[in-house]
Amino acid sequence: MRCKNLVDVGRRQFLRGGAMATAGAAVVTVAGASSASAAPVAGAQLDYPSNKLANIADLKVNEPMDIEYPDADSPGALIKLGKAVEGGVGPDGDIVAFSTLCPHKGYNVNYNDKDRTMNCPGHFSRFDVESGGQQVWGHATSNLPQFVLRVDAKGDIYAEGASDLIFGRPSNVL
Amino acid sequence: MAFKRQIDRLPIPPKDAKVHNVTCHYCIVGCGYKAYTWPRNKQGTAKSNALGIDLSQQQGADGTWVAPSMHNIVRQDGKDVHLAVVPDKECVVNSGLVSIRGGRMAENRPSRITNTQQQRLTDPMIWRNGTWQPTSWDDALDLVARVTARVISEYGEDELLVSMFDHGGSAGGYENTWGTGKLYFQSMNIKNARIHNRPAYNSEVHATRDMGIGELNYSYSDYEVTDTIFMIGANSLETQTNLFLNHMRKGMENGARFISVDPRRTVTINAAEEIAGKENVLHLPIDPGSDMVLMNAILTHIVDNGWTDKEFIKNSTFQGGEAVAADAAHPAGLGSLDYAMQTCRTTTAKAAEICKVPEADIIKAAEWIAKPKADGSRRKCVTCYEKGIIWGNDNYRSNGAIVNIALATGNIGREGGGCCRLGGHQEGYYRPADHVGRPATYVDQLLISGGGKVQHIWACDHFKTTLNAAQYKKVHRRRAGMVKDAMDAAASGTREQQVEAILAAVNAGGLFVVDTDIIHSQIGQNAHVILPAVESNEMNLTSMNGERRLRLSEKYMDGPGDAKPDCLIAAGIAQNLERVLREMGKNDYADKFKGYDWKTEEDAFMDGYHQGNPDVTYDRLRAMGNNGVQEPVHGYENGKLLGTPRLYADGKFDRHGRKDKKALFCAAGWRGLQAPGKERERATHKFWINNVRANIFWQNQFLDQDNDFIQDRFPYPFIEMNPQDMADMGLNPGDLIEIHNENGSTQGMAYPTKTARPGQVAMVFGSPSGSQGNVVNPGVNELVLPDYKHTWGNIRKIANATPKAKGVSFKSKEYTS
Ligand code: SF4
Ligand code: FES
Repeated sequence: MRCKNLVDVGRRQFLRGGAMATAGAAVVTVAGASSASAAPVAGAQLDYPSNKLANIADLKVNEPMDIEYPDADSPGALIKLGKAVEGGVGPDGDIVAFSTLCPHKGYNVNYNDKDRTMNCPGHFSRFDVESGGQQVWGHATSNLPQFVLRVDAKGDIYAEGASDLIFGRPSNVL
Repeated sequence: MAFKRQIDRLPIPPKDAKVHNVTCHYCIVGCGYKAYTWPRNKQGTAKSNALGIDLSQQQGADGTWVAPSMHNIVRQDGKDVHLAVVPDKECVVNSGLVSIRGGRMAENRPSRITNTQQQRLTDPMIWRNGTWQPTSWDDALDLVARVTARVISEYGEDELLVSMFDHGGSAGGYENTWGTGKLYFQSMNIKNARIHNRPAYNSEVHATRDMGIGELNYSYSDYEVTDTIFMIGANSLETQTNLFLNHMRKGMENGARFISVDPRRTVTINAAEEIAGKENVLHLPIDPGSDMVLMNAILTHIVDNGWTDKEFIKNSTFQGGEAVAADAAHPAGLGSLDYAMQTCRTTTAKAAEICKVPEADIIKAAEWIAKPKADGSRRKCVTCYEKGIIWGNDNYRSNGAIVNIALATGNIGREGGGCCRLGGHQEGYYRPADHVGRPATYVDQLLISGGGKVQHIWACDHFKTTLNAAQYKKVHRRRAGMVKDAMDAAASGTREQQVEAILAAVNAGGLFVVDTDIIHSQIGQNAHVILPAVESNEMNLTSMNGERRLRLSEKYMDGPGDAKPDCLIAAGIAQNLERVLREMGKNDYADKFKGYDWKTEEDAFMDGYHQGNPDVTYDRLRAMGNNGVQEPVHGYENGKLLGTPRLYADGKFDRHGRKDKKALFCAAGWRGLQAPGKERERATHKFWINNVRANIFWQNQFLDQDNDFIQDRFPYPFIEMNPQDMADMGLNPGDLIEIHNENGSTQGMAYPTKTARPGQVAMVFGSPSGSQGNVVNPGVNELVLPDYKHTWGNIRKIANATPKAKGVSFKSKEYTS
């Protein structure tokens, strides 16, 4: 039962370094410098770029859209679930976004639209996008990083932070 | 809502960070890790760091990454330092893989800075004035020694009950098994001892040993070159995670087929189907406890088709009929293949009826295991088993029936073969010969019936993990309570008066309890003296993994507070016993407690393991790094220890100690559910209560109970249940349910899953908030091996899902592609 709505890995290569028409680039350099002198323990969160991901009108229920956040090397998925979930945004409280790099060893997770889980072909971990990215079963030692979203009056959806460290980086903002 | 760490950056280990070899101390696999430590006010940069990678770049899949759980701030030589414990790509065991347990080693360290594991014990404590009061080692050990010396000298050593780990990793290992073993089996002759996970001091695999075959005989690499992996009563993706992912997986990718014998469909089977393709995976969901019948039928089919390895049988196995008759110490006769077949012979049709699986599948299993390939060459097969057998029905004969197949097909001591238990903890057993005899005392029953006056407990929490636990707890609490009351009554007295009061209480049926552990455990609630121990990496520790790979896992941090290695605690008890016995004028007895002048764990290692294995020292092991050396070590050349990748490569079998070095077959005669009371329990209750593990928990959750990430996922023990059964009972996901039978009751949270067949539930073992052992009856086999796996009970609802349980995902645990 291979899912048709796979997060498209190939396309990301073309987007890298481009398409995000936001102020992200400027923020990246600042954070890169700050990470070296960062407070060692979790405390103040980083300065995140505020990146526009999509407009609500672009989203169809249960059809994830590929995103990159906080930069083009960090793939994610934006999903309208069709039912309100904790942490969901938008008028229906049902829009969520997650990193799609598995926090085990960094393979790209795939979306199963039947039970609404992200599944990792690396070593068979799976995460529940309806429960805040909770690892249903797997090897990761954190849940799937969830992006903090904001929706403006026009229905534009912005990502502005992340709940957990994204795989493969010492700092979410490199 | 899922637990969010809210950590979005971590400090970078600088280039000059100290690097320590670490063998993961959680499971038997023993994955290699590197621990980096560095001063708290320093860090590396993206370009210059100890990991040797450019951290300004996103790392790709399989790249090196320090997850938040791999970082902490701990004490090292009295200073706060950063710690990062990162999987080692160079280690052949895991090749850089990490599991949900091992990946949390760092965050499961006690830290006064990050506040992790503040449940760790820091000071010796004595029950005083109605509670546990901190004290010095001298004071605590003096009380232990005074009470213990009086009891063993006046009433005999049989009045001292000992519960002690026998494993490696965690707080076990060669140092600590030696320290405790020397105390109880050399200085004393303790008979009433039991091991952490079973109610007697015995082997879990007597049968394979009696047949001449040590239970860990292969190399993990054998899985990579075999034709068939034959797994019985095990769920390796969960419980030997990186063995499955790094070795079994490679085997399947190289074309191996996979057979699983398990009443329940596991995530291991699902993953095997993903890797090998459904057509190369065979699941035999047998009726609980019927493994032996299946094995006998497979063996019969192999023998009758002439697929045995005749050369091997002739040269390496006993030929003369019966070699060992069944008796009180041998629950089955042992001898030649012909001899065993007289008992084992079972048709596939008969097995299909008893095991409730299709006959064609039994034949298929026999073919996958032993039918020669099209070109006539022999098929290689690795056989592996664990708790489904070891904690299952009729342990001895079931174990023997499995080994019979491996022996008959010549699959031991050869590349791509092996017949091994998979294991739980690592191993690390080095003790003087014990005196418990065989069958060993059923120590729990002895305690329940009022036996013993003093109990020494080493890193065991029977309240969470033993069988017949409800009864055990009731009696333990009452007997220990008598001593607490006596101590309270004599609270203002002198030490002498205290000791007299304790003696009077134990003579009236009380029990004086000394508990050595890393946390204040559930059984520790009944202790009168509590002694704080350290774990691996808070001390240097040597252990071997499931392929006998011996490593030194190095100390990289201080233990919490005044905590000490178990071996040095045992030495302290011995020294205090010597002193007190001398004071009592018992000089001969006191002399037995000499020989413990160890300053460090290395001294204990040199006194024990090194004496039997003179080539092995800490320095040499350190030089062997995370790949270590496979035991037995047979030399030292060119700066390297020489090991043994595979046992019995010469076709000579000696684990039974026979001079002829011939392996024996086991006459494994089926007798239904062997342990007393099980058949009746099955007939009178609705649900089979399977006792299962989950990858997310390490053992009885002693550390995980204080870990937010883990407790968020499963705030209560899960009880996997068939959705239709739940609907019939009006249960919703997460509802709290109670399992009950004549033995007691326990509780957990209903988790719907199709992998639970109707009338069968699977409850996670050893939970702090729901001990499965409460409902397990006291039934054991002739050698006192418990059958935890076969329990039947009824179920009722206690409460609707609590807010905690409502936040939990109840989706299928099976990966979907
Ligand atoms: S598989 Fe076992 S040894 Fe390896 S990291 Fe996990 S718990 Fe540790
Ligand atoms: S990378 Fe996802 S499970 Fe291993």
